[in-house]
Amino acid sequence: MNLTLLILIPLLTALLILLAKGLQQIRTIGLTGALAQLGLAGWTLKLYLDQKAAGNKATYLFESNQSWFKALHINYHIGIDGIALAMILLTSVIVVAGILVSWTMDKLSKEYFFLLVLLSMGAYGFFISLDLFTLFFFLEVAVIPKFLLIGIWGSGDKTKSAMKLALMLMAGSALVMVGLFGVYYNTNTFDIVQISQQGIPVGVQKFFFPFAFLGFGVFAALFPFHTWVPDGHASAPTAASMFLAGISMKLGGYGCLRIAALMPEAAHAYSWIIILLATIAIIYGAFATMMQTDLKYINAYSSISHCGFVILGIGMLNKTSMNGAVIQMVSHGLMTALFFAAIGMIYSRTHTRMVAQLGGLLKAMPFISTVFVIAGLCSLGLPGFSGFVAEMTVFMGSWQNPEAAYRLATILSGASIVVTAVYILRATGRAIMGPISEEHALLGDASWNEKLAAILLITGILIIGLAPFLINHLIMPSTDVIMLQIEKITALK
Amino acid sequence: MIENLFIHLRQELALTLLIFLLLFIKLGKDRSNESIMNLINFGLLLNLGLGFCCHEAGDLFNGMFTTNTLIVFEKDLLNLGILIISMQSYAWLKNHKQVIEFYLLLLTSLLGMFFMISSGNLLMFYLGLEMSTIPLAAAANFDLTKRKSSEAAMKLILSSAFSSSILLLGISFLYGSSGTLTFSILSAHINGNPLQLFAFILFFSGFAFKISAVPFHLWTADVYEGSPVAVTSFLSVISKGAVLFTLVNLLYKVFTPIANTWYLLLVILAAATILIGNLFALRQDNFKRFLAFSSIAQVGFILVGISASSQAGAASLLYFILIYIFSNLAAFGVVSTVSALTGKENISDFKGFYKTNPILSWVLTIALFSLAGVPPTAGFFGKLFLMMAGAAKGNYGIIIFAALNMVISFYYYLRIVKAMFMDENESPIQQLAIPAISKLAMFICVAGIIVTGIASVVYDYIYSISIGL
Repeated sequence: MNLTLLILIPLLTALLILLAKGLQQIRTIGLTGALAQLGLAGWTLKLYLDQKAAGNKATYLFESNQSWFKALHINYHIGIDGIALAMILLTSVIVVAGILVSWTMDKLSKEYFFLLVLLSMGAYGFFISLDLFTLFFFLEVAVIPKFLLIGIWGSGDKTKSAMKLALMLMAGSALVMVGLFGVYYNTNTFDIVQISQQGIPVGVQKFFFPFAFLGFGVFAALFPFHTWVPDGHASAPTAASMFLAGISMKLGGYGCLRIAALMPEAAHAYSWIIILLATIAIIYGAFATMMQTDLKYINAYSSISHCGFVILGIGMLNKTSMNGAVIQMVSHGLMTALFFAAIGMIYSRTHTRMVAQLGGLLKAMPFISTVFVIAGLCSLGLPGFSGFVAEMTVFMGSWQNPEAAYRLATILSGASIVVTAVYILRATGRAIMGPISEEHALLGDASWNEKLAAILLITGILIIGLAPFLINHLIMPSTDVIMLQIEKITALK
Repeated sequence: MIENLFIHLRQELALTLLIFLLLFIKLGKDRSNESIMNLINFGLLLNLGLGFCCHEAGDLFNGMFTTNTLIVFEKDLLNLGILIISMQSYAWLKNHKQVIEFYLLLLTSLLGMFFMISSGNLLMFYLGLEMSTIPLAAAANFDLTKRKSSEAAMKLILSSAFSSSILLLGISFLYGSSGTLTFSILSAHINGNPLQLFAFILFFSGFAFKISAVPFHLWTADVYEGSPVAVTSFLSVISKGAVLFTLVNLLYKVFTPIANTWYLLLVILAAATILIGNLFALRQDNFKRFLAFSSIAQVGFILVGISASSQAGAASLLYFILIYIFSNLAAFGVVSTVSALTGKENISDFKGFYKTNPILSWVLTIALFSLAGVPPTAGFFGKLFLMMAGAAKGNYGIIIFAALNMVISFYYYLRIVKAMFMDENESPIQQLAIPAISKLAMFICVAGIIVTGIASVVYDYIYSISIGL
């Protein structure tokens, strides 16, 4: 299995899109590429599980290590563990769904699909990287498409949102860069595997951990660097919102996880700050959502709250919570993409996203309304959906931490679910139930492509929700490896 | 000896031949501008090809003139830059009356740079430097009908005369304290006594003028704005590159004994240059002024890279200049085409540019992203490697500072992208017919921007020929 294929397929798709003519051709190529990628990701999963079942104990499978910039010891080193594979699967599902919901994008469609595919390429490259330089390279590759997607195809105050998002993410990656340089100059390599074997001096960790972690934190909407999220998501076109919340924010969470694994001493020392910030993000995000009247803003602010759980899980530094963080990333990715897709479908029909102007949509568009409700229920953590599994795992993990302050953080974060229930049920009640206005009564339901996209995402949500052991089976061995290293340190203290 | 003369001096001789050829053409009957320009481009291409044969190191005239693989490579870079500029100026020069004079000045300046880079002696260095500067001042005046152009020429000649005299004073102090002007002997006599330090400060100030490092940057914006675009791009890429090559050569080979002194000096200048360049670039509307300030900021990044005096630093400089030639010339290429065909030079004129000229917009966008250091363009690698080299001495403060400044610079580059792609405009620049040769030049630049970064062989080659302390 050559993982470079995961970058080459999107690249090829993007190039073919440039050559294609007309919306029909472009979207067919885009979808074919995305489906091929989904197939490839599924195939990788099968091979991965086969190898694991055959007793392959290696941390990273399908490794390939080639020298890139020899003089500077920069390698093109790729390989995946269970966590990366889960992220790749998530990305490929969202890309297919994103392309399906943009099926009728007729404004500059060539550029639009090209940028979407380019963005996904950055994400795939990011997840397969085992070299911090390549990782950083792909992290930044994904920034520019976001800027253009929001600025050109967005709505509302789009240029301002695009600028804000691009600058904040750039600032985040500047911080990441400083952190990575610090690692490089004290280990003389960017290689993740090599660094985790030889370790980083504690003093260096303590100085550079904040840079790298907060840098990735900007991507993961960590408080107080979350301000790009609401504007960026609300202004973006539907597929871009899905990609942003579903894929791009996961780059941040995944990066935080890797950094914590690389610098365990520093992660341990700073864990209280991480938890504090995550708890604030969770509660603040939940309450801020209560005040929103625009559906997209509701989902964007709730994303801040939900991504807080990812950081919380990482900050608690134990097996269960770490697992929970990874499941939450996948779950939130699927759920929020579904939510944005549903909002996009509603908006394209009613031309409004204000809750107050909607109502009784269930009568006119039953399918879309159902999708909306499912996304909402998943978001508030109803058992049976992925959100429940993820949040439950995070809480169980964080409760294992016996210190009073950590317990308090857990309780407070748990309480935020009540707030989530309030805003989700209120928005659902007003927009979906109740009397429908005359002009909305005649609107049609979802088209085949939209249905397909929604079904794909819901399937993912249900698989995790009803059979959580499947994803646990995939990611557990990998989180165990990370935790083994961290626990060694905590045991010493 | 005589064979060596032809081998080591081959590029200079070829360039001289071309210059004389132009003079003879001028004496003869009138020829069309196009055929002259084709001839020159061909000559430059030939000269570039000459750089790829016989890489022998050696020196001539008792060490006055030295050459080696590194120096030949540097000359090739400058030659390539001139070739691209020449191709891009096609639209502007096609109907210009004094094409031959313009090229005479440009090529003479290039010849001066060749001698400056190859110099093994301070006198030779000074001759080369002057030979490269004075023709430029005349060339800055080449928009004959514009007042601003002659103003720019005046400012350029005065400020470079001033900086040259400071430089000369530095040279004379150096001579006074060591009794020699030859680099190889001079380095043994550098011991950091006060007179030498003073001489070094003067000497370095002269350089700082030429590369427009803060606080010697004030001439830059006015001169860039007034000069024709071709001269502006020459000033910002080629002449800066040549001076930087020489500076690194001198710092790493001659002033090694006082490396700790100039290390601090470079770091402080770098920080000031990045910050001032960035802050001024934020608010410019004229495209050429904007690129002037952004080029000041870029010089700051270069100073960060070379401050650590490592082989990686020197290699990153060369690498960055190569990328900078592609990126900056791609940007200037678009501006030059638009300016030649419509006379518009402001950023606000570029609003809605994507609707009418999508290809040009993409070229400019890729160039700007490369200047900003965004992957997958080569500028990302260039800037990152400069900063990696700068951090080698453990000076993380400057890296943090530079990283934050990258974000500021990102804003002003994005501002232009925003204007082209997102802003509405009722009367955007109309669709432009670009001459084929300018298209080719843009294609070379864009291909360079994409390939030089990802293809690591380029960097590895440059690293292998670079010098470090």
